[in-house]
Amino acid sequence: MTISANHTAPDTARNTGPDNALTEAVKKFGITVEDYMLPARHQIQMVDPEGRLKPEGEQGTQPGHEYPVPGDKELLEAYEQLVVGRRVNDQNSALVRQGRMAVYPSSHGQEACQVAAALCLGDGDWMFPTYRDAVAVMTRGVDPVQVMTIFRGDWHGGYDPLQYKVGIQSTPLTTQLLHAVGVAHAAKLRGEDTVVLAMCGDGATSEGDFHEALNFAAVFHLPVIFFVQNNKYAISVPLAHQSAAPSLAHKAVGYGMAGERVDGNDVVALLAVLDRAVALCRDGSGPLLVEANTYRMQAHTNADDDTRYRESAEVAEWRAKDPVNRMRTYLTGRGILDDDGEARIRAKAEAVAAQLREGLGEDVPVDPQELFRHVFAVQTPQLKEQSAFLADELARDAASDSDSKEAGK
Amino acid sequence: MSPTITTSSEANGNVSAATARAAASAAASADAAGPQPVTMAKALNTALADAMHADSSVLVFGEDVGLLGGVFRITDGLTATFGEQRCFDTPLAESGIVGMAVGMAINGMRPVIEMQFDAFAYPAFEQIVSHVAKMHNRTRGAVKLPLVIRIPYGGGIGGVEHHCDSSEAYYAHTAGLKVYTPATVADGYRMLREAIDSDDPVVFMEPKKMYWTKDSVDLGELRRLHEEGTTAGEGSEGRAAVARPGTDATLIAYGPSVPTALAAAEAAALEGRSLEVIDVRTIVPFDDETVAASVRKTGRAVVIAEAHGFASVSSEIVARVQERCFHHLAAPIRRVTGFDVPYPAPKLEKYYLPGVDRILDAVDDLQWED
Ligand SMILES: Cc1ncc(C[n+]2csc(CCOP(=O)(O)OP(=O)(O)O)c2C)c(N)n1
Ligand SMILES: [Mg+2]
Repeated sequence: MTISANHTAPDTARNTGPDNALTEAVKKFGITVEDYMLPARHQIQMVDPEGRLKPEGEQGTQPGHEYPVPGDKELLEAYEQLVVGRRVNDQNSALVRQGRMAVYPSSHGQEACQVAAALCLGDGDWMFPTYRDAVAVMTRGVDPVQVMTIFRGDWHGGYDPLQYKVGIQSTPLTTQLLHAVGVAHAAKLRGEDTVVLAMCGDGATSEGDFHEALNFAAVFHLPVIFFVQNNKYAISVPLAHQSAAPSLAHKAVGYGMAGERVDGNDVVALLAVLDRAVALCRDGSGPLLVEANTYRMQAHTNADDDTRYRESAEVAEWRAKDPVNRMRTYLTGRGILDDDGEARIRAKAEAVAAQLREGLGEDVPVDPQELFRHVFAVQTPQLKEQSAFLADELARDAASDSDSKEAGK
Repeated sequence: MSPTITTSSEANGNVSAATARAAASAAASADAAGPQPVTMAKALNTALADAMHADSSVLVFGEDVGLLGGVFRITDGLTATFGEQRCFDTPLAESGIVGMAVGMAINGMRPVIEMQFDAFAYPAFEQIVSHVAKMHNRTRGAVKLPLVIRIPYGGGIGGVEHHCDSSEAYYAHTAGLKVYTPATVADGYRMLREAIDSDDPVVFMEPKKMYWTKDSVDLGELRRLHEEGTTAGEGSEGRAAVARPGTDATLIAYGPSVPTALAAAEAAALEGRSLEVIDVRTIVPFDDETVAASVRKTGRAVVIAEAHGFASVSSEIVARVQERCFHHLAAPIRRVTGFDVPYPAPKLEKYYLPGVDRILDAVDDLQWED
């Protein structure tokens, strides 16, 4: 099997054959390119649902698909973020019920994916999240209240993507994957070693932009990790209606990139796989596709009724695979986490929840003129006119309000 | 050459204007030949090359734009001059081209991308409407998208299905996009350079039947004016041009309809009627002032466009003129547009396209007897 040349390198003639970074990587592992690109025969799982570290031979690894267990410090940090993430998910759902937020697509049950997606990246790297990935965005360091602005309803996005190197949470499915490709391409052209992690769900892999993004990333050899959270449903539609592929990770090979499957409720395995994906991308062996096998424990959003399309027994089965409990058991068993540590982490999670209650508890005054302010970098005369029209209308309303108050005295 | 690519000097990145200026003046000294017969295609090609010289963050990509130089040759020679990193072919995927350009613009580049034909831009519609148009607003101005989407549009070339659409209304209707369409060779150069310099996304609609139109133009002088910033503050954006002065009625046209309007005005002059022709130049933002001033002066107007008339740019222009000039109008504003049918097969296009006779008939209908 040959891999095409780097089409963008000016000093590389077209179709010169398989001597590129990916082939080098494959040589290093002593396997065929095909075996490198195809996901390992089993998903990677390091800690089982009971919180026990699996024996090395049973983790799903195989030659070219080997993953060292991440260090204790990284694992403890991941656990802290898991607990915070769970608390944030549940706090936000409560705020929706209280009418403080318009909608919240919760990642309850998927926190291991959320946390690992953020922790695997370096400061100079980029992340392109979806509507469901608020916890990943927060874990990346964005202020929690700013993250929730989009759901509170006073603006479409609450943080500066350039400051945090996080795209605005994207709703049109998989459109953001192409933006990730563009960010990575620009960085590569400037010789920067930026890695970009692009997120989407299982159902979204049916969208055209998913295909176009993977193909572009592979053709231009870009450092992008496509991270698919397979939570089994797209609103009500199960995965079998989206794809007949052996797994979503298998889609990688069709584009000429490596794919891997990982237990999406095992943050240890997720970090191991994503850390290596980042390292591979950083030295030019990207892109990669990582499929995380997880489950959406709650309805699609508060507006959805999941009892119409799935059995409660199925949900219960997945409750037993909970990512937070599993990690607690594992870390406690290993002596990395004790009661004091647990108490400190709980307190931190409560502090973030309080911050959300406080930040979202009050309405931020909206400025009607903001409707016009950001449409263009250079304002058009038509918008200036419309902005003046609204200002005048509001001034007249205010004047007639105060008139009627006067009259009522 | 092995180009160093840096971040855009204007948006989402660090300033590297000094190097840009130096490169620009090097390019500027290249030719100083005075006015020459130049095609629209050559003017656009020169604008791209000059912009790439001036700013290393300007990138050109699309389908067949590399080695081939584009199916209309607008990107001819750019890969040879600037290397495969700065002008390159992408896989055939229009949404991919636009979506990748969005990401590149977020990360400090100024992509200028080519859609091969008007109707083949439709797969990119979601990226254009949901992201290109909205990114600046969604991020409260934190993220600028300085990108240009070049679209050859319109008919009159005997093209088969899907090669002749006038798709400007889709873009003009979308808040957050600027829509430019040059109708002269000099404007081809000027407006493309302004579009590339703009910090707003610009849909740059190129009248494809005019690619081979020649005017006598001094490209060196246009380059000098642009790069000295002489035109700054009085650029083409939001500025319609009086393409031909007149006193009796106003013909309002843009892109491929401008030469048709000029021909009609020429014919009308022989019959003793003086028609003023306005070239809209930028559909968004629209120059209400110039258009309204002309109609107030003449009291009569005909709007001419190739696109279907229903829910179109031409209907928008009629509405705007009517709102501003009602008391100056001697007759209802007339339109000469394409019929509300899919763009016809080559042997039928002459019945569809606005022509001189149909324009003159419309002018005759402007209640001259009162
Ligand atoms: C282009 C597009 N089509 C439809 C929708 C409506 N929609 C929002 S989420 C969703 C399901 C997506 O499922 P999946 O990709 O599995 O992600 P999950 O919600 O499970 O995280 C749909 C259909 C959309 N946002 N964008
Ligand atoms: Mg899903």
